[in-house]
Amino acid sequence: MNERALRIAAPLWIGILFLLGWEALVEIERLPPYVLPGPVLVAETLWRDGPSLLGSLLVTLRITLAALAAAVILGGALAILFAQSRLLEISLFPYAVILQVTPIVAIAPLIIIWLKDQVFLSLLVCAWIVAFFPVVANTTLGLNSADRNLVDLFRLYGASRWQTLRFLRLPGALPYFLAGTRISGGLALIGAVVAEFVAGTGGTDTGLASRILEAGYRLQMPRLFAALLLLALTGILIFAALSWLTRLLVGHWHESALPSED
Amino acid sequence: MTASIVTLERVGKRFRTGVEALSGIDLAVAPGSFVSLVGPSGCGKSTLLRIIAGLTPASSGRVAAEPGLERQLGFVFQEPTLMPWASVFDNVYLPLRLAGKRRSEVAPRIAETLEAVGLAGFEQAYPHQLSGGMRMRVSIARALVTEPRLLLLDEPFAALDEFTRFKLNEDLLRLWQRHRWTVVFVTHSVFESVFLSSRIVVMTPRPGRILADLPVELPYPRERELRTEPRYAEACRRVSSLLSEAMV
Repeated sequence: MNERALRIAAPLWIGILFLLGWEALVEIERLPPYVLPGPVLVAETLWRDGPSLLGSLLVTLRITLAALAAAVILGGALAILFAQSRLLEISLFPYAVILQVTPIVAIAPLIIIWLKDQVFLSLLVCAWIVAFFPVVANTTLGLNSADRNLVDLFRLYGASRWQTLRFLRLPGALPYFLAGTRISGGLALIGAVVAEFVAGTGGTDTGLASRILEAGYRLQMPRLFAALLLLALTGILIFAALSWLTRLLVGHWHESALPSED
Repeated sequence: MTASIVTLERVGKRFRTGVEALSGIDLAVAPGSFVSLVGPSGCGKSTLLRIIAGLTPASSGRVAAEPGLERQLGFVFQEPTLMPWASVFDNVYLPLRLAGKRRSEVAPRIAETLEAVGLAGFEQAYPHQLSGGMRMRVSIARALVTEPRLLLLDEPFAALDEFTRFKLNEDLLRLWQRHRWTVVFVTHSVFESVFLSSRIVVMTPRPGRILADLPVELPYPRERELRTEPRYAEACRRVSSLLSEAMV
């Protein structure tokens, strides 16, 4: 079997076995749906409630994508700034770390209070805080990893700071930046959901987190699972899209994306 | 007396770690000559090359180069040091791009240079698609494309197999005979240095000093057959015995 088919078939079989085991467990133990719904019931619920959940998914997705975009733009810009001055990097980097290690659930209420009239913006800021660090850290690493001999060569040919950035540091950092972006994609989704959880906003124009909370309160476990499934699928889709982008942008040269020689 | 293209007087180098890499180096490189710096590892020959290139400052002494020389240098590293994301064409285009030349303006020159190093038709290939020897050829083409007056090579063929190495030696020599740039070539191979150079500088380690400075009295053009001739063996023996002196 070739590599490509194996990549699809192997995880697929694991998934099928897992679902069969899950369904069997629910059937044999006669677990009530409010404790653990079987996968068949979850699928049915997703089919039935899909349209109503989809609206909420779009809300969450908007926050996620906006946060990811902000993480990529601001994170990338910050990393480029760091690459310009060692002093700036060592002065500011610890604060990026602090922002990263502070649990978002602890600061989310503050942000929501400060931006009280702008629900979307407050959720966006929370999701951004969760998502931006991998882009900053990876891109900074990439910008600083330029081949020393190539840096010397640029110096030898009298390259300006801008030329060194444009022709050497940025292209070299691209794979690192994309790896960071792939991590940030998942984190932006998590950040968006966590922020919605903390904000706990009611009403119709809210995200999937609110649907999950509601379903939990009402013991509608099949619906809760359906919403979770939707979130997981969204996460996979974001990851797949960013992986595709990585292959498109650096697939023709970077070691990680080159086919093996044998 | 011909004016030298670059002159070093009492040049010394001490690293921040306190290690003394070079001490009292006097060296004048005549235009059009092919000078090899030969010595065991750690004798500071690469450091000396970097000082000539202006990549590393000397700690003491004086380095005097012809005016404007710093913009007419070519440098080839031990590794091919190519940009993996750029095609062969773009790698060779780099020095000209940095000098503000337009791609269309210099495309014929790049094609010519690639042709000269035997890489015609590989313009669009990426470094990872090439063999080690071909990558080194790209690296040499990049150094040559600016038509430098002084070409500095830091053990460029050390990582290549013998066959490829001999072939590249011959090609480099052929190009040098045609263009007569000045070459300073760092190597730890006696056979390579004798085959290529018009002058050999033997260095000793800790700290790096010049032990001997001798001309190679073999006429150019030198062809592959030279490698099997007694006079070549004799020249190699002389340098080898000096080197064993340097090792003690």
